[in-house]
Amino acid sequence: MLSVIYAILFYVATAILVVGVGMKIRSYARSPAPLKIPTTPAPTTVSGVYLRMFREIVFFESLFKANKWIWLFGWTFHMSMWLVLARHLRYFTQPVWDWVVFIQPYGTYAGFAMVAGLLGLWARRFLVERIRYISAPSDHLMLALMVAIGGSGLLMRFVARPDILMVKNYMLGLMRLRIEQLPSDPILLVHLGLVATLMIIFPISKLLHAPGVFFSPTRNQVDNPREKRHLAPWAAKLEK
Amino acid sequence: MAASTSESDDIRKMAHPLEIPRLKCGAMEGLAPFKASPEHQEKLGFPGELVPDWKEKALAKMKELGEKNRAFQVYLDTCVKCGACTDKCHYFLGTGDPKNMPVARQDLLRSVYRRYFTFAGKYFPKLVGARDLTEDVLNEWYSYYHQCSECRRCSVFCPYGIDTAEITMAARDIMDHIGIGMKYSNEIIGKVHDIGNNLGLNAKALRATLEDLEEDLEDETGISVRIPVDEKGADILLITPSADFFAEPHIDGLLGYAKVFHEAGVSWTVSSYASEAANFGLFIGSYEQMREISLRIRKAAQDLGVKRIVFGECGHAWRVGYSFLNTLAGPFDFLDQNYPIPQHIMEFTWDEIQKGTLNIDKSRNDHIRLTYHDSCNVARASRMGDEPGGQFEIPRNVIKAVCNHYFEMDRETTKESTLCCGGGGGLLTDDLMDLRKKGASPRMTAVQQVTEDHGVTHMAAICAICKTQFSKIMPAFGYEMDSIVSVHQLVSNAIILTGQVIDDDEDKSDE
Repeated sequence: MLSVIYAILFYVATAILVVGVGMKIRSYARSPAPLKIPTTPAPTTVSGVYLRMFREIVFFESLFKANKWIWLFGWTFHMSMWLVLARHLRYFTQPVWDWVVFIQPYGTYAGFAMVAGLLGLWARRFLVERIRYISAPSDHLMLALMVAIGGSGLLMRFVARPDILMVKNYMLGLMRLRIEQLPSDPILLVHLGLVATLMIIFPISKLLHAPGVFFSPTRNQVDNPREKRHLAPWAAKLEK
Repeated sequence: MAASTSESDDIRKMAHPLEIPRLKCGAMEGLAPFKASPEHQEKLGFPGELVPDWKEKALAKMKELGEKNRAFQVYLDTCVKCGACTDKCHYFLGTGDPKNMPVARQDLLRSVYRRYFTFAGKYFPKLVGARDLTEDVLNEWYSYYHQCSECRRCSVFCPYGIDTAEITMAARDIMDHIGIGMKYSNEIIGKVHDIGNNLGLNAKALRATLEDLEEDLEDETGISVRIPVDEKGADILLITPSADFFAEPHIDGLLGYAKVFHEAGVSWTVSSYASEAANFGLFIGSYEQMREISLRIRKAAQDLGVKRIVFGECGHAWRVGYSFLNTLAGPFDFLDQNYPIPQHIMEFTWDEIQKGTLNIDKSRNDHIRLTYHDSCNVARASRMGDEPGGQFEIPRNVIKAVCNHYFEMDRETTKESTLCCGGGGGLLTDDLMDLRKKGASPRMTAVQQVTEDHGVTHMAAICAICKTQFSKIMPAFGYEMDSIVSVHQLVSNAIILTGQVIDDDEDKSDE
């Protein structure tokens, strides 16, 4: 019974995540940037823009310039999260890819760094007057959700281990549209339930920053307005 | 942190230019510039006064902006409230009003966008800070979206590049479309449509003014240096802010351009039809207005048959000129493609300095100990030369070529991190003087630092708004009105024209 409920939950969550984010991306991609507005100094070539985006996404360059504390917590959280996510690939692949095997120990401990980063960010929402002012309830809830996901994951890894082979079997089954038996450890059920929640709210929340950053005109435009004429389709109609 | 609150002039005393104030909720609440009259509104095609169905109209406009402008949609969606921008706005630093923090300013509009256009805001408004569009919200918009100078300093530091200027422009555009416009900007745009410049200076008056200046130049130098108007067949059309024709220290910059053109041996002209570089269409976020004003430049260039367009010292004009002109009024295939279209006067002068056409005596600026204020729109929304960052280097190169005593301000307040003068973005109006003074205090604190450390006496800028703003507010910070100078004023001081005889005792050129 539980296995079926969670199977439905994950299918629905995945559908919402993929379709929701896909629709948002389509909407971003379809609305033109009518003017050249890169924040300068900006790269003058396309490859330069790729490099700028790379630095932005991998190193959080602008955030580093802005505030070292937010950068430290934010960057630690995000990079750890990638490691943790990558480590989780082992539950979805058989045989497990070599590089996933390699990062396994790092991914495990990255869980602590991830939660620490989140707690740092959360503390700022209480301690820094300016950030307290701009925080809505959803900003706190989002952090609570992520901390709970990270915390429950760490508990399972280091305290109360579920039958991980059974979990893997269940996940592999879901990917093949088969519903296997899911262990009924409460921590596991909480962990999976929260992850599904996160997937569902992704397209309707500020988590859209992940796809959004790629569409930010101040970062992704080439600084070449004198050399190349930039014209939005709706603006071209004004010239008729 | 001690915010001195003496009755009228409560300018913060800051220990350093970026000192973060305590939050002072509501400190600037209710401050709002005069509204445009129905006549000025209608001239731009906007409703004369608040329309009865303003709420529906405003939401429809928001929807339209989402479809027409990617930045609007992406920036409203992606903010994670990390707080990186919260201490970056000069108006926040100067006033402590939390709604002047960039993210909070965006949230004034974002909260409404969420309420009507997002799932979470429709069904869980309290949770995500969404709110209905009410008259109070509208008043708040009018107040705080006229406390942003669209300087883009926040966009430098945002991890997603969210540019509050884009949101401010959108908000002003929405308000214009429901009948609430700002007097200062909209009246000025009307004048440009009617007459060709912000001042309403007609062709006859312009010609007379420039003839007077030619005479002054000849009296001063003994050389006939021309400032031609509407001269067909000239090589270069100079597009410069109309303040250069009448305001100080702007005029001295214009004389500098004239001397440089004279020595370079090029023919040039200003146009009475497009006698304005400033483009306030940018400030009100109107593509259509910006385009109409830009098309005057195209028409002037075609009518006069020029080969090149050069822009004078003006910050946001250079943004529109450099970044948008080709889009709004291009393609400029009828101009000489061997030169940048358009070109900045600073690029032109630096070229001439490198070629060695100018005879320069740097010591003629020795009475000045100078610092340089990067104007926000030049710094963060444009470029000069071929390399990124040329907009920082080229003006400095020119300054150092004509001036012996030059000192940089705190690096966190220059180049891409420069602070706005406090009067940009359509806020250069007397009804916002309180805000202008407070907004200038971070920059003025940086100036005071270099005065203490290096005895700096003057600051140069290449923006008409910066120059007017500083000449107005520098006295409040213990400087003379004329402590703000044009960069081409320094060039003008230092140039010795071909054939000009220098008397040893004429050291009175201390503008």
